[in-house]
Amino acid sequence: MINKEEVKRIALLSRLDLSDDELCEMTTQLEKILAYIDELKEVSVENTEITSHVVQVGNIFRRDKPRPSLKKEDALCNAPKKEDGFFKVPKVIGE
Amino acid sequence: MNKMPYRIDIGLEVHLQLRTETKVFCSCPVKFGALPNTQTCPVCLGFPGSLPVLNEKALEYAVKVALALNCTIENKIKFDRKNYYYADLPKNFQISQFDMPIGREGRIDIVMPEGRKKIRIKRVHLEEDAGKLIHKGAYSLIDYNRAGTPLLEIVSEPDMASPQEAYEYLLILKSILAYLDVSDCNMEEGSLRCDANISLRPEGCDSLGTKNEIKNMNTFKGVKSALEYEVTRQSVALKEGSKIVQMTRLWDADKRITTAMRSKEESHDYRYFPEPDLVPFTIAGTFVERVRESLPELPEIRRMRFIKDFGLSTYEAELLSRERRTADFFEETQGLCRSPKAVANWIMGDISRILNERHMELSETKLAAVNLSDMIKLIENGTISSKIAKSLIEEMMESGEAPGEIISKKGLTQISDESALEGIIDRVIKENQKSVTDYKNGKKNALGYMVGQVMKATAGKANPKLVNELLHSKLS
Amino acid sequence: MGLNALTAHELKRLFNDGRAEPRDVLRDIYGRIEKAEGRLGSFTYKRDPDKIFSEASDYGRGSMLSGIPCAIKDNICRKGEPATCASKILDTFKPPYSATCVKKLEDAGALIFGRLNMDEFAFGSSCETSCYGPTRNPWDTTRSPGGSSGGSAASVAADETIIALGSDTGGSIRQPAAFTGVVGMKPTYGRVSRFGLIAFASSLDQIGPITKDVRDCALTLKAISGHDEMDSTSVDKPVPDYTQYLEKDLSGLRAGIPKEYFVSGVDREVEKAVRSSIEIFKELGAEISEVSLPHTRYAVSTYYIIAPAEASSNLARFDGVQYGFRSEDCDNLQQMYVSTRSKGFGEEAKRRIMLGTYVLSSGYYDAYYLRASKVRTKIRNDFKDAFEKCDFLITPTSPTTAFRLGEKSGDPLSMYLADIFTIPANLAGIPAISIPCGFSEAGLPIGMQLMSDAFREDIILKAAYAFEQATDFHKRRCPDITN
Repeated sequence: MINKEEVKRIALLSRLDLSDDELCEMTTQLEKILAYIDELKEVSVENTEITSHVVQVGNIFRRDKPRPSLKKEDALCNAPKKEDGFFKVPKVIGE
Repeated sequence: MNKMPYRIDIGLEVHLQLRTETKVFCSCPVKFGALPNTQTCPVCLGFPGSLPVLNEKALEYAVKVALALNCTIENKIKFDRKNYYYADLPKNFQISQFDMPIGREGRIDIVMPEGRKKIRIKRVHLEEDAGKLIHKGAYSLIDYNRAGTPLLEIVSEPDMASPQEAYEYLLILKSILAYLDVSDCNMEEGSLRCDANISLRPEGCDSLGTKNEIKNMNTFKGVKSALEYEVTRQSVALKEGSKIVQMTRLWDADKRITTAMRSKEESHDYRYFPEPDLVPFTIAGTFVERVRESLPELPEIRRMRFIKDFGLSTYEAELLSRERRTADFFEETQGLCRSPKAVANWIMGDISRILNERHMELSETKLAAVNLSDMIKLIENGTISSKIAKSLIEEMMESGEAPGEIISKKGLTQISDESALEGIIDRVIKENQKSVTDYKNGKKNALGYMVGQVMKATAGKANPKLVNELLHSKLS
Repeated sequence: MGLNALTAHELKRLFNDGRAEPRDVLRDIYGRIEKAEGRLGSFTYKRDPDKIFSEASDYGRGSMLSGIPCAIKDNICRKGEPATCASKILDTFKPPYSATCVKKLEDAGALIFGRLNMDEFAFGSSCETSCYGPTRNPWDTTRSPGGSSGGSAASVAADETIIALGSDTGGSIRQPAAFTGVVGMKPTYGRVSRFGLIAFASSLDQIGPITKDVRDCALTLKAISGHDEMDSTSVDKPVPDYTQYLEKDLSGLRAGIPKEYFVSGVDREVEKAVRSSIEIFKELGAEISEVSLPHTRYAVSTYYIIAPAEASSNLARFDGVQYGFRSEDCDNLQQMYVSTRSKGFGEEAKRRIMLGTYVLSSGYYDAYYLRASKVRTKIRNDFKDAFEKCDFLITPTSPTTAFRLGEKSGDPLSMYLADIFTIPANLAGIPAISIPCGFSEAGLPIGMQLMSDAFREDIILKAAYAFEQATDFHKRRCPDITN
């Protein structure tokens, strides 16, 4: 139900690179898991609402009042590479 | 021009940065021009463990815009994650709205030579802006100050049938949005952005053609030019029998062409799902009504009122109502001097010219409505001539002084005293015998020439009407 | 027996009476760590002891947890110290801010002195996917302490700390608590702020206490609970003093036994221990009846769609741009993303990300994620119906006792199925607690789970306390551990 091509596509969407061996193993494991998960088809979900939040609250807002931002040094404190206060990354090609 | 057998369908997606004090999901200030990464926090940086909380003002502004665009405001809304990877996206997903946006099914009317046309607004939704990338060749730099700025996305239906209609739509949309005072609406500064979708179909065909998305247009004129280019490009391709492939193209304003972007196979699988960190929201009817009441009179209504109440022409009303501050200024001045035509002329004439020359907005000058009003009254009661007034205007815009002050400072009062003028008029007659002869021989504009000479001799202060009468009587 | 073997409430009394000081406890704790930590591997990070000792001298007496040494799971941010989620990809990350619950603990006077091992990004039930190596179960160091809060549970059980914080998405506090014979609670979703908890599955995650007894659990829960304006999903409800509910008489309380939790697949010894415990509840005055939660069997499938889906999105930010590990020598950004993530994530993390991405992807969303969200409603409604007939539910925490390290790590699905009893409470957002209720013949702890309706922690704390005081499972100490 899930083949290697699909797994490759999902890996690309996930920004993961799998070796051929990993691809095979991942395909097998995902197949097993998906086969198990498939049992959900048995459940009748007609007229059932979705649950996307289990909290009963709604309309949680924040006032539009500024608070101090992080100091630049703190924002960049973990940056693997930085320059002149910017985060630095290898060139972006394409979009 | 349009001799093609193709119908054009254009839809526009406009992104509007909202001018709230803080970002949409955190309390960082939204101010422009700060040093890089000095207006960020764990939330807008997307640090692990951070959580979003919705800015109530952003929602209010969003409802305001949706109402001004005649949308139905949804009672229940939620936010969704739009997942994709890019350097300006701190979390590699954007919190946006997918299937339960704030506003739906709105409309704007554009005015074309053929008449009014309704352009439907499909939806209005709220989302967060990304950071800014600076490309430096071998590497890129990222500034996240802009990340998290509230963004409103306004999507139209593909109802525009020509690049010109698209252009008109943008002008009117901007006019309405600027009236609401919720954004700077400035395309050059990036507070208003536009992407276009365009497709062609043969006449008589019911279904839309394959659309291409056009990006990277930085001015309204640019949008129009890009779409004109696309119309040509696509119709040539179709005539040759090629199929249009769905793709994204970038407008190159220098080369005046669009080029295809590198296509990515998985480009549009955003895997939307409800944002679990934000609870659902109910927009109460009472809230919507309160926002509706806070809406200013919108440009279209104001334009009609200017025509009806002040007797302005459609053209004058159009120009004066297009920008809210100008319209406000016109009404305030008119309210004081009760001479709508005069006010209109001054605003559309000299004031407009000076603003254009100096690349300024009316609000950036010191011109006060009461001063313009006084000036108009002074012309009406003959204290100054309109020629003198032209020099006053510039000074009033610069210094904000009242016209009375400037007149007495510079001694600009119009000379309407006959005895003061007699001597000068006699001299001009004496020095311009040829003109006198011409006038007596029937050349009417010779009189005008001599009036001009008197005006010159009085440094423009003479009352031209009076000069005209005096010359006339002396030469008869 | 050192002071490190006492509970927080016992230590508080000693401090108040002047019979001991926090420094004394710390000495015993560090002593224990020195002896046992080499073998156990509970900690991923320990703060400079000198700093802790000096904080200990300054402790104020008035607060709830004054001077009590506490350790936190390595996915909870504390300003200036590493928060790695036991993953290579966050190995160097030091957040410039603290989680709200950490601030609350510090306000309550706790001495936060170390960070605890876990499954990488909380993906696991055995503490074996940590990039730092597994933590061992103090009761039998060839076995897993459970997961993902394995380090939290093991350290409490082994007296390497007095209290610990863990996180629970599908049982990650309760199952390790059961495997190591300590008390672990997952509060109602929204009871404790998630701000500063590095997210696994946002609609399921909760931070909770792992402690030696129920009173300590009530104390810690009070300290960390409460509304947080930084967390939209935290609930603005007053936090009671949970210790006021600790009584020994359960008359009037109705206990429900869900039949779906007593099926084949549950270890014989586990079932026996839980059934005996039900008898004890009867003696304490609780009314026992059978109830049904018909959609229990679908809980694992529902969870293993929703949780990985949310995780795949939450973990997208780990890309080497702003923090953490970055793969070097990449030509362009997209390549850097792929290389960083492929090298930085462990196998289970990759598997969950892939599964999550798949069930959200175009064409599959309806069949998987959407459908699972609806089955989730059915599971919630099962509990709603059950709580009309009873006040709390009694179940085993886990179908088995602690398995051996390496036993399940080759078969992901069998590991997932081990969470069958704990997952439903996360899907429904209701509170659940695991307390020791017996020992297997091999001497391994057995845990019992109590669940109640949302924001009724008072009921399960009361029931748990009464049971605990009527038995002495919580008093048994694990065998001596040496490196």
